[in-house]
Amino acid sequence: METHENKYTILGKRVPRVDARLKVQGRAKYAADYEMPGMLWGKIKRAPYAHARILSIDTSKAEKLPGVRGVVVGEDFGGFKWGWQGHTRDETPLAVDKVRYLYEGVAAVAAIDKDIAEEACDLIDIEYEELPGVFDPFEAMEEGAPLVHENKPRNILVEYHWDFGNVDKAFDESYLVKEELFQTPRMAKGYIEPPSALAWWEHDTLHYLGSKGSPYMLWRIFGRAFNLPLSKVRVITPVIGCDFGGTKNDGHALDFAAILLAKKTGRPVKIVYTQWEELTTCLRRHPMWMRTKIGLTRDGIIKGIYTNVVADGGAYARMSPVSMYLTNGFVTLPYKFDNFRTDSWNIYTNNPMSAAMRGHGMYHTRYAIDCLLDMMARELGIDPVEIRLKNCLDDIKAGETYYTINELRVASCGVKECLTQSRDLFGWDDYHKNTKKVDGHMAKGAGVSCTGYLSGARLTGHNSCSALVRINEDGSVNVQTGATDVGMGSDTTMCMIAAEVLGIHMSDVEIKRVDTSYSYPDPGSYGSRVTIYAGEATARAAEDAKKQILEAAAKEMGLFPEELDIKDRKVIMKTDKSKFMPWLQAVRIACYASIGNIIVGRGVSRKGTQGFSPKAFETGVGDVGTNYGFAAQINEVEVDLETGVVKCTEKSSMADDCGFPLNPNTVETQNIGGSLHQGIAPGLYVEFEMDKGSTLNPNFVDYKMPRAYEAPFPKFAHVITHDPFGPYGVKEASEATSCTGGPAVVSAVYDATGVMIKNMPATPEKVWRALKEKKEGKR
Amino acid sequence: MNDRLKDLKFKVNGREVELKINPKMLLLDVLRDELKLTGTRTGCEVSACGACTVNLDGKAVRACSILAIQLNGRDVVTIEGVADGEKLHPVQEAMVNHGAIECGFCTSGMVMSARALLLRNPKPTRDDIKKAIQGNLCADSGYVKYVEAIEMAADVLQEKR
Repeated sequence: METHENKYTILGKRVPRVDARLKVQGRAKYAADYEMPGMLWGKIKRAPYAHARILSIDTSKAEKLPGVRGVVVGEDFGGFKWGWQGHTRDETPLAVDKVRYLYEGVAAVAAIDKDIAEEACDLIDIEYEELPGVFDPFEAMEEGAPLVHENKPRNILVEYHWDFGNVDKAFDESYLVKEELFQTPRMAKGYIEPPSALAWWEHDTLHYLGSKGSPYMLWRIFGRAFNLPLSKVRVITPVIGCDFGGTKNDGHALDFAAILLAKKTGRPVKIVYTQWEELTTCLRRHPMWMRTKIGLTRDGIIKGIYTNVVADGGAYARMSPVSMYLTNGFVTLPYKFDNFRTDSWNIYTNNPMSAAMRGHGMYHTRYAIDCLLDMMARELGIDPVEIRLKNCLDDIKAGETYYTINELRVASCGVKECLTQSRDLFGWDDYHKNTKKVDGHMAKGAGVSCTGYLSGARLTGHNSCSALVRINEDGSVNVQTGATDVGMGSDTTMCMIAAEVLGIHMSDVEIKRVDTSYSYPDPGSYGSRVTIYAGEATARAAEDAKKQILEAAAKEMGLFPEELDIKDRKVIMKTDKSKFMPWLQAVRIACYASIGNIIVGRGVSRKGTQGFSPKAFETGVGDVGTNYGFAAQINEVEVDLETGVVKCTEKSSMADDCGFPLNPNTVETQNIGGSLHQGIAPGLYVEFEMDKGSTLNPNFVDYKMPRAYEAPFPKFAHVITHDPFGPYGVKEASEATSCTGGPAVVSAVYDATGVMIKNMPATPEKVWRALKEKKEGKR
Repeated sequence: MNDRLKDLKFKVNGREVELKINPKMLLLDVLRDELKLTGTRTGCEVSACGACTVNLDGKAVRACSILAIQLNGRDVVTIEGVADGEKLHPVQEAMVNHGAIECGFCTSGMVMSARALLLRNPKPTRDDIKKAIQGNLCADSGYVKYVEAIEMAADVLQEKR
């Protein structure tokens, strides 16, 4: 990166985040930090059954409790249902006829303080008829299993069957064919900030302030839920303590309940979930069972892949149709092969709902395919890095395009360089030659994984993205997009882009949090789309504003606008730098050029105009991304052969092809974090323990997340490929590494011990049992 | 109800504070709800995530697991009391410049754990730092840059001596 030629003044530099000074002083305001005069506290009443019919609800005792100001139940929402697609609108804000997962919301209370609200919930009498539940997707698919939704036979939420090339023939022609079942865990999103909502009604307009990474999704849902024109729905985003897809992208009981209670009581209502509520009722990552089959030639070239995937979607559909598409849609990256077939099902159960999570979909099949590939490489006597280099997409020359067999369009690809950089930074060859793998009861090993991941997800419908750049008369600048920074650093990136285009300093540019009454609609923070879309829109808006400044300055300087540029807060004549006008003077002239003049630049992204239709989910054909990022990583682990405890060492490496790192600091932190928390964590640690729909470890004591002493310290390389479809050549940064962390550490355990953990996380118990089985098998 | 209230007198960020509180109130509730010091975050409420870490007589403690009434006469520093006006503490400065901070929800706790460490151990090893922030969960930045930032801050503080 350091040696890479950088033609920009601000872009590509290590710029501190615009919000970091506020955050480091505790001055950033998150949703739970807001209060209003007269505000009431709300609480959700939850069902004690995973599957039960609601026979009656009596709220009279709760309503009479002193301090209670309002109670609402499911019926008060007038039959409103929502969901991601028309055919998946299966969920009501609070349960109406039936509860379908444990602790689903049934009623909600607003009171003058938190304690009274909680006490009032206890006073609501609800009669239930408990129904038999179904908690295992394979049992749920059997004829005669209890139905979670009566209109969904065999509890099938979606199923896809795709067939590309001729997989049977490919397997016939293969030297080695192997099939294994892999399983990913039930996993929390793991953010530390629980969801929080504050709602009030003012001037007949719904006001909602909450921790939402995709506020315009809620804007539309609230409009329908409360029968309002969008002009009367105002969703405001505070600073957000991570999202990763899920509850902070979509609605949950607290959002709707706070709004309706505020309407009913005429007062602002705030509901803050406890971490227990988050971990028992909020959206999780899907657990998936992936029967995976690969055919290889004698040289280790992939001839074909078959996947048979079953996912537990939980009680309601949410994003599951797209999750199942993504799980198999990217199987064709980053390895080249011509034959691929998949059968996949997403199944309703009486477990809490599953939904999108960083590395959406790809994370599951990457684990299965990369770990199976390593098992087969060992049989063939091929090095794990070598077998990947043999199969990975080649670098794509500028102007050329590679189409996968399911027609993903790839115009830049640095995955081979990611692999070789990771290999060299780690010292892979030397490590395998010179490391003593077993020393007493301790074993060491290293594992590798590489992947591709989409950026700029472009599903049809409401996919535009726009930006405003307003130049104030004092030379300061406001950037506004509808895209939300949930922690990834996009607000900083937008300011960098505006400052770069306008030729001014970072300190001149300010970005505000999204407010749907004032920002332009934007799909949301998912699918690594923000920098691709909002970045392009911001660049165009800044160019528009710059044009207006240059026109005014040119007139004053007696030159043509085309002769001018702006550098370091000066409007300069390109051919004669001695002729210049300070930024502030040019701004003043432009602003005061005529009465009522304002300098506002507008920009629209053109990437989202051609959407990818969900109809394509049926066939799997088509290009859902704008472009594709790539990454590789290598991790070393130590395994205690007596106890089964696995620990990452600091020794590790990672290389990421994000096209061009607009802010290398951000790209590095995003990748290291994505790899650890969304990759290595499910590889070694995180897993919900379930018993008949009940989450047995819904707290951060029993639900083990990685801590500072367990973090690898990767040597990092930026791989620059300048993608033609991203602004300034950029692509996603860190969803790919969210997928490679798991297989890298599980394969490292395999290298150290010879046991492949096929149902990650590789917890001490699983590793210990696998080692015992291996030993007994040998005997 | 009022007769249940008890007197609490303690120091917060260098200033004497006198309050009448319900004895069941946690330090976290007093800081956030009574004193409006919302920089101390509510994360897990079971001492596992460290988002509510403050310094009590110079030691890092979790505000969610201490009854406020226990703090009569004690000295509490919260994230709001770390910087000297606009001048950031070296730990804060390093975290900003090194790009350690992402969503920022764990940051207050990270700063408070690091501040307490450097008060008692000005020359920490990397393992000392990892141990000092082992009670602080972060969900996005991956710890590496936080550890490195604290190392940098320790160096800066050493040079100033």
